Amino acid sequence: MKTPLAVQVDDLTVAYNYKPVLWDIDLAVPEGVLMAIVGPNGAGKSTLIKAILGIIKPIAGSISIYDKPYEEQRKLVAYVPQKGSVDWDFPTTALDVVMMGTYGSLGWIKRPGQKEKKAALEALEKVGMLSFKNRQISQLSGGQQQRVFLARALVQNAAIYFMDEPFQGVDATTEIAIINILKELRKAGKTLIVVHHDLQTVPEYFDWVTFLNVKKIATGPVKEIFNDDNLTKTYGINYKVAINK
Amino acid sequence: MSLTEYFELLFTDYTLRTITLGTAVLGAICGMLGSFAVLRKQSLLGDAISHAALPGIALAFLITGAKDTNILLLGALVSGLIGTFWIKGMVSKTHLKSDTALGLVLSLFFGFGMLLLTFIQKQPNANQAGLDKYLFGQAATLVEDDVRLMLIVTGISLCILLLFWKEFKILLFDADYTKTLGFNTKFIDVLITFFIVLAIVLGLQTVGVVLMSAMLLAPAAAARQWTNRLSMMILLAAIFGILSGVLGTAISASQNNLSTGPVIVLVATVFVVFSFIFSPGRGLFFREIRFRNNRKDLQLKKTLQFMYGIAKTHDNISHPHAIRILNNFQGFTKKSLQQMEDKEWITINGQQWALTSKGFNEAMNLYNKTHD
Repeated sequence: MKTPLAVQVDDLTVAYNYKPVLWDIDLAVPEGVLMAIVGPNGAGKSTLIKAILGIIKPIAGSISIYDKPYEEQRKLVAYVPQKGSVDWDFPTTALDVVMMGTYGSLGWIKRPGQKEKKAALEALEKVGMLSFKNRQISQLSGGQQQRVFLARALVQNAAIYFMDEPFQGVDATTEIAIINILKELRKAGKTLIVVHHDLQTVPEYFDWVTFLNVKKIATGPVKEIFNDDNLTKTYGINYKVAINK
Repeated sequence: MSLTEYFELLFTDYTLRTITLGTAVLGAICGMLGSFAVLRKQSLLGDAISHAALPGIALAFLITGAKDTNILLLGALVSGLIGTFWIKGMVSKTHLKSDTALGLVLSLFFGFGMLLLTFIQKQPNANQAGLDKYLFGQAATLVEDDVRLMLIVTGISLCILLLFWKEFKILLFDADYTKTLGFNTKFIDVLITFFIVLAIVLGLQTVGVVLMSAMLLAPAAAARQWTNRLSMMILLAAIFGILSGVLGTAISASQNNLSTGPVIVLVATVFVVFSFIFSPGRGLFFREIRFRNNRKDLQLKKTLQFMYGIAKTHDNISHPHAIRILNNFQGFTKKSLQQMEDKEWITINGQQWALTSKGFNEAMNLYNKTHD
C-alpha cells in the first residue's frame, strides 16, 4: 500500500511586492517522515511554512493536508514559530504559553480548564521543563524558550508539525533533547517538517529532505538525494569542496 | 481650598463629585485598554488617534452647528477610526514603517483639525467659543450625562475584555500562531483597536487631544513594572488610572487655577517614575542593590576560595591559619571576615581563622553548580 500524502503543495508562488520569494513550488510530503527544509538565507524556507499555514497569502497555488484544503484540516497541524518572532518580555509564565496550544481546540470564548492544564503540564514534562512552569518567560534561557514553544505545539496533539528553525541558538543539550522528541514523534506516526540550517546534521537527524532556493531543487529520502549535486544546485557552490579547503 | 477640604466636599458637592467620578472612570478605562497598546508596542498609536480625532470634532460642529458633546465626540470617533485604519493600511500596503505612518497621519489630521478650528473661530457664530477646549481638555465641563456615557462604555469594554480574554492574550503574544489555530486575527485586532479609539475619544473632553496618549500609556507602563501577569497588569493599570484621575482632580481643584488634564497626566507620570525606580523586580533602585549585593557576595566567595586552597592541603580542614597569610590576597577586610563568620563559613580566633565544614563544602561546590 502506498503511504498517504500528509502535505501536498501545488504550484505555490509567493511574492513580497515584485520579487518572487517562492516560485512555482510543487511538494509532496509522505506521512510519517521527519523532513528538513534546507537552503541558503533568503531561499524562502520560513515563507514556505508560513504560506502552507496560511499566515502569508500566496499569489498562486494550492495546499492540501491529507487530500483536503488546509482550512478544513487545521486541527491536524501544529506550528513552532521562530523563537525570535515574539516578545519574550510579555507578562506571562511558561505554563501559560504552553496552554495557548489548547486554544485552537477550545475555539472562541471558551476558557481552558483542568483538562487543558493537565495536558500542558504533561507537555512541559516531556520537554523537561516542568520545574519551570511558573517561571516568567523572560527569565528563561534561549534553549528553554525553544522547549516551551515545542511543548506548546505538543499540546496541540497534531498529526503534522511545522517547525521554523527549532535548533537556532540552543546549546547541545537542548538540541539533543529536541531531536529526540522529534524522532519520538515520527515513531508515533507523525509527520514533521523542519526548517534546518546545519547541513552537517541533516543525515543524522532527518530521513527526508527538501532543497529549496526560491524554486524547489529536490525533495526525497536523505539517503538518495542528499548529495553534492543537489547541495551545489541549492547553494551555488560546491559545498563539500568548499568546506574541505 | 485645601486637599482635606476637597475630600470633605467630594461627598456633598455635586459638580466636584461628577468631575471626580468622571476622571476616575476615564483613568480606569484608559489604564485597562492602554495595557494592550503598550504590550502591542503601539504606544504611539494612541497619540496619533487622539490627534486624528480633532478634525472630527470640528467637522461635527460645522455640520450640526451645535456644541452637543455627544455629537462632537461621535465626530471624533469617526475621524479617529479613519486615522487608525489609514495608519494600519499604510503599514500593510506600503514599505513605510509604522512610526512614519503614525507621524504622517498625526500631523496631517492635527493640521487639518487646527485649520478647521481657526476657520470656525472666524465665523460670526457666537456658539463657537470653547471648541478649543478639546486641545487640552477641561474637566469642569463634565456633566452627569458624560460620566454616565463613560461608565457604560467602560462596562461594555470590561465585558468584551473578559469574554475575549484568551483571544486578546494570545494575539498580543503571538499573532502568527493565533492565525494558525484558526482564529480570525483581523477581527480580534479590530475589536481591540476599536475600544482603544473609544477610550481615547471619551477622554478628549477631560484631558484633550494633545495629552491624551499619556493617559493611555502612563498607567500601563507603571503597572508593567510591578507584575509579570497580564491580568494583574491590567488591574493595576486601571487602579493607577483611577488614582491619577482622582488625585489629579483633587490637586487641580484645591489649587484654583490649575487645569485638570495636565495635572492628571503629571500625577500619572509620577506613578511611572516611582514604578521605574522602586518596583521590586524591575525597578532601578532594587536592581542596583541586587547588583551591589552580588558583587559583595562574589568578593566573599573569592576569599573563601582562597582559604579553601590553603585548608585542603591539611588533613584537618579546620586547622587554624594566621589571618596574615591572607594579606597577599586582595579583597578581604575585617568586615568581610566578620561576614564570613556570620555565614558560619569560618571561625575567627584572635589572629587566626579556620574553615568550618560548612565553609569547606560551600567552597568545594562553588564551581560545580551547573546552570539550569
